[in-house]
Amino acid sequence: MSQALLDVKGVTKRFGGFTALDAVSVAIRPGERFGLVGPNGSGKTTLINCISGVLGLDKGTISFLGADISKLPTYLRTRRGIARSFQIPRPFRTMTVIENLMVAFEFTAGHGHGGHQSRDEAMALLEQMGLGAKAFRPSSELSQVELRKMELARAMAARPKLLISDEAMAGLSSAEIDEVLDLLIKVNQDGITIIMIEHIMHAVMRFSERVMCLDAGRIIASGTPAEVMADQRVQEAYLGASSQG
Amino acid sequence: MQQAQRGWIFWAVAALFVGAAAVATFSIKNEYPFFAGYLILQFMVLATAWNILGGYAGYVNFGTSAFFGLGVYTAVFLFKATGAPLLVQIAVAAAVGALLGFLVGLLTLRMRGIFFSIATIALTIIIETFIINWKFVGGATGMPMIRPPAMPPFDSYIKMLFVNGAVMVVIAVALARFIQGSWIGRGLRALRDDELAAACSGVPTLKLKLLACVISGALMCAAGAPNAMYLSFADPASAFNLNYSVSALAMALIGGTGHWIGPVLGALLLSSTQQLLTVTISSEVNVLVLGLMLVLFVVAAPDGILGLFRRVRARFTGDAGGRV
Amino acid sequence: MFSFELLLDAVVLGLLVGCFYAAVSIGLSVSFGLLDVPHVAHPAFLVLASYGTYILNQHGIDPIIAGLMLMPVLFVFGLFAYRVYYETFERRGGDAGVRGIAFFFGVAFVIEVLIILMFGVDQRSVQALYIGKSMGIGDMRIPLRLLVAFGVALTLTAALALYLARTFTGRAIRAVAQDELALRLMGANPVAVKQWAFGIATAVLGPAGALLIIVAPVDPTLDRAYIGRTFCVVVMAGLGSMSGTLIAGIILGVIESIVLTLYGASWAPAISFAMLLAVLAVRPQGLMGR
Repeated sequence: MSQALLDVKGVTKRFGGFTALDAVSVAIRPGERFGLVGPNGSGKTTLINCISGVLGLDKGTISFLGADISKLPTYLRTRRGIARSFQIPRPFRTMTVIENLMVAFEFTAGHGHGGHQSRDEAMALLEQMGLGAKAFRPSSELSQVELRKMELARAMAARPKLLISDEAMAGLSSAEIDEVLDLLIKVNQDGITIIMIEHIMHAVMRFSERVMCLDAGRIIASGTPAEVMADQRVQEAYLGASSQG
Repeated sequence: MQQAQRGWIFWAVAALFVGAAAVATFSIKNEYPFFAGYLILQFMVLATAWNILGGYAGYVNFGTSAFFGLGVYTAVFLFKATGAPLLVQIAVAAAVGALLGFLVGLLTLRMRGIFFSIATIALTIIIETFIINWKFVGGATGMPMIRPPAMPPFDSYIKMLFVNGAVMVVIAVALARFIQGSWIGRGLRALRDDELAAACSGVPTLKLKLLACVISGALMCAAGAPNAMYLSFADPASAFNLNYSVSALAMALIGGTGHWIGPVLGALLLSSTQQLLTVTISSEVNVLVLGLMLVLFVVAAPDGILGLFRRVRARFTGDAGGRV
Repeated sequence: MFSFELLLDAVVLGLLVGCFYAAVSIGLSVSFGLLDVPHVAHPAFLVLASYGTYILNQHGIDPIIAGLMLMPVLFVFGLFAYRVYYETFERRGGDAGVRGIAFFFGVAFVIEVLIILMFGVDQRSVQALYIGKSMGIGDMRIPLRLLVAFGVALTLTAALALYLARTFTGRAIRAVAQDELALRLMGANPVAVKQWAFGIATAVLGPAGALLIIVAPVDPTLDRAYIGRTFCVVVMAGLGSMSGTLIAGIILGVIESIVLTLYGASWAPAISFAMLLAVLAVRPQGLMGR
């Protein structure tokens, strides 16, 4: 059995009296396309925050490439190969679009790598996302949708081994969703493992090899997309209390 | 213009600057211009130092007075205890400032922005309180400082301080310029814009903030050391005067925080204006004008004078760019 | 020199003064604790209110009445100040944090200087029936003005706490601090609510400023010492907690009083700041953390 790329073991996270994650365990395989679903407030973003190092763990461990990263600061996790986008875009407002990407390039590839090669790679990434024309515009000029795309591009600029996309497709049109999905699939074919958090179900279905559903901090279902979607507990979680008598 | 060419121009101008200062000391007999000029140079160093943490990293330091006062009293202590010469006083003050910057950074940089700012005010009051209770350096009443003879080739101590000040400005500006153009500056800018996103993009946020704190602290403390001899007197109320905190902040903000020229410009303009107002009207009015200008610029021209220049230039060339 | 009586004196005085500290800090509990406004000018507003009390007192008005009279003026001033702050900083986002702090710092500074220009640097105090006399309670002699301040402070804190808990606008203010979106969905305008809240927080400074000048003479630079005290209380309390503010104020008052008794007045200014730093380092969410 191949070693897991990311191994989340028994992770518990509490905020005061509220348990956001309750003994969550999952092993992500290298090269996998993994979907993470669940109703609002189920703990998906909290889990991502724990994986990326933004939040500390109350219980459990997280290992990446076989090494325990539970206490590692965020920037070192990024340098080891974990990149994420944010649900609500967090651009570097005083920088242009391409400069936003250059930060990720420079600080993951090592200093002094801000030269022409990185610039070209950044441009290529932006072109793929359809942001090529706006590369030299201030990022503060971008629309919400364009900001989401830049978020994703910036995460990819960190040359990750594991890319986590947090609801990157909210607000995109049907065509744009397909574009981004195609891009993510291609990125995955280049060897990058992807965890996708999404509410847009057909995107998750099309994209994922394996899906996990969270509800109130616990895993309630895990398996192929079809299996998870058909699971009664998943349906109840999304629709609220069971409609049966 | 190539990076290397810009470097040559900078150092040529810097050399001219110090050279002009030195020449002035030999050709101008009257000491008053040097008294006034020294203050401008001092504030250039303070504003530049402030900007490294406040402008580049976005952590608003209200505690410039703490570092400055500590520099003054480091000099006082060294002089009283060992009779150390000026350069040693400055060097030790820089080391003390660096250490304090490091400790303060370690304690407060994990906090939200406003808590960091308030913690820096706390620092000023706490350090001042310690000094007030320290009899060896004169306590609350202060300590007169008798100037030793000026080192040759200078014939007056003030002229020596003036040239020394010019050299310190060059050092401070060179440091700021280096940081600005390097990966350190880019990292600081990213963390200033969004610290979380920066960390998730691989920027070592805590380390960079600490570095900025250390360098900023060292420069501010070093700027305070010569002040004891400048006034020939040192007392806690003057050394830790809150005006230093407000001035450094105001000069950097009004000049423009994005580029090292901003604080220099701000210091030049404001310090000259302040001295003019103090002499012609009153020192209270001078301080009032400082505060009003700070509020005005923060509200209406947040990018400072440099920002205004840029907007005017953009209007003429039709180029917007993304820089702030 | 250590004696039990001296210590008891210190504790009782500290209790009284501590309630007073709570009263001058509750406005900040709302503006900074609930609304997240980096209001470092709060103590400057407080000192301004006490000078306002002084002016009215010069015309023979009792300081507490004067403080109450100042409330409407301060309320409007608060509304205006928040509008300026919101339009300039919160709207723009991005770098606003830095500039917001610098803005209030500048405002505080300007207020201090204006007071110096108008009143000079000397201390000012007020006259009232209860100032200058003291009362015997048990073995101790307690200055009457401190007892009056204690009573008013408790009333003020309780009134504001009740307002926030029981009235519709008060609950809206609590709501906007926790979940702005929900409030919007309920049909209320969050900005208007915040503006109102800031107005209330500023109005409360009327009686608080009166207490300030009742308890001790004021001078223009007093706001610096009170930055430490008010923020110490608010942070120790846990942002936005009214009952926490009272407890935190008393703790600060008692500790300050004890240190003062044991080590003398020259160490006093540093205490609140040192406590603030300690709280921030050890338990930043305060006693009743949010």
